[in-house]
Amino acid sequence: MEYQAKELFAKHDVPVTLGAVVTTADEAESAAQEIGGAVVVKAQVKAGGRGKAGGVKLAKTPAEAREHASNILGMEIKGLTVNRVLIVPAAEIVEEYYFSFLLDRSNRSYLTIASVEGGVEIEEVAKTNPDAVRQIPVDATTGVDEQKAREIVADARFPIELVDQAVGTILSLWKVFVEEDATLVEVNPLARLAGDKLEALDGKVSLDENADFRHPDHAEFEDKAAADPLEAKAKEKGLNYVKLDGEVGIIGNGAGLVMSTLDVVAYAGEAHGNVKPANFLDIGGGASAEVMANGLDVILGDPQVKSVFVNVFGGITSCDAVANGIKGALELLGDNASKPLVVRLDGNKVDEGRAILNELNHPLVTQVDTMDGAADKAAELANA
Amino acid sequence: MSIYLNSDSKVIVQGITGGEGTKHTALMLKAGTNIVGGVNARKAGTTVSHVDADGKDVELPVFGSVAEAMKETGADVSVVFVPPPFAKDAAMEAIDAGIGLLVVITEGIPVQDTAEFFAHSQGTKTRIIGPNCPGIITPGEALAGITPATIAGKGPIGLVSKSGTLTYQMMFELRDFGFTSAIGIGGDPIIGTTHIDALEAFEADPDTKAIVMIGEIGGDAEERAAEYIKANVTKPVVGYVAGFTAPEGKTMGHAGAIVSGSSGTAAAKKEALEAAGVKVGKTPSETAALMREILQSL
Repeated sequence: MEYQAKELFAKHDVPVTLGAVVTTADEAESAAQEIGGAVVVKAQVKAGGRGKAGGVKLAKTPAEAREHASNILGMEIKGLTVNRVLIVPAAEIVEEYYFSFLLDRSNRSYLTIASVEGGVEIEEVAKTNPDAVRQIPVDATTGVDEQKAREIVADARFPIELVDQAVGTILSLWKVFVEEDATLVEVNPLARLAGDKLEALDGKVSLDENADFRHPDHAEFEDKAAADPLEAKAKEKGLNYVKLDGEVGIIGNGAGLVMSTLDVVAYAGEAHGNVKPANFLDIGGGASAEVMANGLDVILGDPQVKSVFVNVFGGITSCDAVANGIKGALELLGDNASKPLVVRLDGNKVDEGRAILNELNHPLVTQVDTMDGAADKAAELANA
Repeated sequence: MSIYLNSDSKVIVQGITGGEGTKHTALMLKAGTNIVGGVNARKAGTTVSHVDADGKDVELPVFGSVAEAMKETGADVSVVFVPPPFAKDAAMEAIDAGIGLLVVITEGIPVQDTAEFFAHSQGTKTRIIGPNCPGIITPGEALAGITPATIAGKGPIGLVSKSGTLTYQMMFELRDFGFTSAIGIGGDPIIGTTHIDALEAFEADPDTKAIVMIGEIGGDAEERAAEYIKANVTKPVVGYVAGFTAPEGKTMGHAGAIVSGSSGTAAAKKEALEAAGVKVGKTPSETAALMREILQSL
């Protein structure tokens, strides 16, 4: 969120005004009182287009700040509820620029995007005036030093009187990108304020979760309140789960196979009342009884789910371990396992795995040999 | 024939003494791979005990560095199993030692670390596969990675995929035909060997008669591969893209598998591939059926 991005900016000396983050209209009023003069009340959610959605308002008095905050708090922006607002002094903006560092997947390196026509949606500028949006590659080995920063400033055509400030700000933003292990550091707008002062008025930082091991402090940025409760529960148990809107619960191994399973279930659903996959859940390589039970527990906690499809191709994982996992999970869950389970096992030790489930002969479990056939069965049961 | 890896390849394992390294060294040996040793600076001078494909006991030497291992054994391939915090240093070391093929299996490497060792490999003789990938198998000859060697044997198909389990699924579907090589390039945002690199190698490999290319949502690698195929590939290519029903803005397991905006969707990728003359299956089984038709008509 914006205020968190600004905290990271401040940590690395990017010019920024932190303001006050509040969760009630009362607090908004006193924060405005303390700041003095006109303030801007800004919704804090992880989504763009907050202004358009009515989540950013100018307040001339503390009473107005209170009124705006009361309207904005609780508002939904792109499906996210606003739980806090940021109160910042209203700045006198002369010009607005755009600046970002990001991961460039295509070139397997980093990229700078800079434009002196910022403040609006940069994608729009890129379409209408592509030459105004400068894309400057950054070498992952050498990074951004002062010389590179000057090159970027010249290429982007920042006003001459702001060059030194822009170079300093860019070097600080590069520190945010590298030292925080970001995949995106964006400032929009990077504003020229009255008195030719450059300041980051709004920003966004995406952090690389793979690097969390060297950034224990990043845990605080996670917005637990906004996360789906099932997703939060899954995360607690170390499961790779994404909630979707559908009726067929999905458990599989390997991200690609699970994504493929969602597709196959959606196609199968076309013949069964248009039922859809209810979630993405990748149990990864080791499908122990505990992992399987945790996975089933999360999926069965989704009231929308009508049937569950367990799709496992035993590569390194062996199917007997998966079958034992399902068996153990059903025992652990007892009466809480209440929805039909369609299981497709293939690959490593498939015969042993299928035999275990045949022997179990559980009333809720149906085995189907192929992925397509199993998806069809699961869709049929979800539509029953 | 095959791509990148064959029975002449001499393979070392970085992280050979760890849990994953131990388990997969055993499986790679069983698959016939000529593993000549491993690297762990803290256990240099020791050996690890394993059983080779013929059931004979072997003692594999553990070296202090990749350079030393290469000097002593003539190794030209390294498979990396070291944990994420140390993976970058392991990769840099192998690149500096001049290894020919570096297969990075490790999952969860910070992307800036990958960006750094990939950049470091540019202009050197090192080809990187991965990270976060199952590696490469040339059935009947060698395995550098974690792909189960028992799924399918040797045959006329070349396979390149972002996803591990989809690689296995597709090999299983087409096991009656078999593969020259099957390569899992990994689902991370930055990877060494790309779809295009593998397509180029399969096109040049005389034993590969047809190619299966598996992609997934996110990025534009499949679109770029489509352009490459149109201009450079004469062999028949069959494609599959996972993630048609994935919602925008949600990460689906692979760090790279995220749809943001209109480009990068499965539909866009399918369209690009079809425009390049690639037949694209809606499901893995339909994709396999398309390949079956092609192979039977050859």
